[in-house]
Amino acid sequence: MSAVVPVLDVVRAGPATTVQDLGRPGLAHLGVTRSGAADRGALRLANRLVGNPEGAAGLEVTLGGLAVRPSADVEVAATGAGCPLAVDGRPVGRNAVVHVRAGQVLTLGTATAGLRCYLAVRGGVAVPPVLGSRSRDTLAGLGPEGLRDGDRLPVGAPPPGPPLVDLAPVTDPRSGEVVLDAVPGPRDDLLPTALVDRLWAVRWSVDPASDRVGVRLALPHDSVQDGADPAAQAGAGSVPSEGMVRGAVQVPPSGLPVLFLADHPVTGGYPVAAVLLDASADRAAQLRPGQPVRLRTVRP
Amino acid sequence: MTDRRLHVCGDVGVLVDAGPDDVLPLHAGLHRAWTAGGAPDGVLDLVPAERSLLVVLDPARTDVARVSAWVRSTPSEPVDDARTAEVTVDIRYDGEDLDAVAAHAGLTVAEVVAAHTASPWRVAFTGFAPGFGYLVGGDPRLAVPRLDTPRVRVPAGAVALAGRYCGIYPRPSPGGWRIIGSTDAVLWDVDRDPPALLRPGLRVRFRAVGR
Repeated sequence: MSAVVPVLDVVRAGPATTVQDLGRPGLAHLGVTRSGAADRGALRLANRLVGNPEGAAGLEVTLGGLAVRPSADVEVAATGAGCPLAVDGRPVGRNAVVHVRAGQVLTLGTATAGLRCYLAVRGGVAVPPVLGSRSRDTLAGLGPEGLRDGDRLPVGAPPPGPPLVDLAPVTDPRSGEVVLDAVPGPRDDLLPTALVDRLWAVRWSVDPASDRVGVRLALPHDSVQDGADPAAQAGAGSVPSEGMVRGAVQVPPSGLPVLFLADHPVTGGYPVAAVLLDASADRAAQLRPGQPVRLRTVRP
Repeated sequence: MTDRRLHVCGDVGVLVDAGPDDVLPLHAGLHRAWTAGGAPDGVLDLVPAERSLLVVLDPARTDVARVSAWVRSTPSEPVDDARTAEVTVDIRYDGEDLDAVAAHAGLTVAEVVAAHTASPWRVAFTGFAPGFGYLVGGDPRLAVPRLDTPRVRVPAGAVALAGRYCGIYPRPSPGGWRIIGSTDAVLWDVDRDPPALLRPGLRVRFRAVGR
């Protein structure tokens, strides 16, 4: 007798919810970026809570707005952005194991801090993998499509052994100014000095056009000065196309940096002035539009 | 080997500078060592490009110092034409920029076709989209500048030139390269192993077919 495979019925998909695991490394030489959860640490934590392998697929819920109904009892955990979590309208804890009975509706409200919430279900979201991963690569259009109302997501077989911890003592992503640690280089020497100096000096603002490809930084209105745009200087331009990493701080001719996230292009043609430490790249994935952010130099 | 110029990319990558003709031998050497289990555990990706090769690593399993040492100690592998695989791609020379390319090169259209098919190209690196290869080694007379204004939509299978490169669009996308023809070859198929028709080092021979 085989166990009934639970299904998550998507009652409400939310504005931008995708299936994500830890991506598909090893294919970059064929033009395929790693993709995967934008905040990998948060997905790993959610999986550990429900006793999954760290790389099991879960849901990346941008800004919240998700409602799902399991067809059988499941254990779930939500991490990352501060989305109010409820089962049949009754508030339940985040960063903790939550038992949802068959037919109950689990909702994730609008995030109050951070941008991306991760929902892991014990057994993992078991949609068919593409090239070894269930991640949606939004730039290349690889992997399962973004969630839509009415989707039915199969849940995989539960791993052996019960979850080991009930909750994780983690804090929500910050709401105010965020400081990201970055190592200078590899191509800061190709940029005008004034542009590089500005990178570290300015309190940037997160542009609303940011997505899973990258966080776009804008100058806050109060710091724009007439005729003082260093990007206007000669020297800012393109370089021979070269490999990009998640966390790369790419500076195009506009002088406005882009912090590459999980779905970054495999190669790029603008100088990379600095690269965020891996942990800071996770934190960059939680930045909200308009949020102030500074970059701080660290040694590798 | 120790004269390679390396740059760290945060705690997640090591970027190796290389001349345009040195990237493929460097990639071949590192790729062979990597697939044979000779790389540090935690090397995730090798990304050859125009004048560099990027090694991507998992900082939870290794670090930039160990990967840098591995890169410095791993010999390049000379590219051996006799041992590299070759594919033939059938192309209809019906691209909308074909006349402009001929005019730029000072050739007739027939001479452009002859130059494009005369000798095999080689995949130098990939990028832009899954399955897109930057082909080099063609007739230098075919080097043309990009369009001033990229097209909003280039159809899948378009064969195009830019700078010293030739490329084939794997799927419809915006693009600023000059289109000289089209092919029915499937550049990218996730259900095929490997999914990409073109991979670094592969030789590509173009064959003219009827319009």
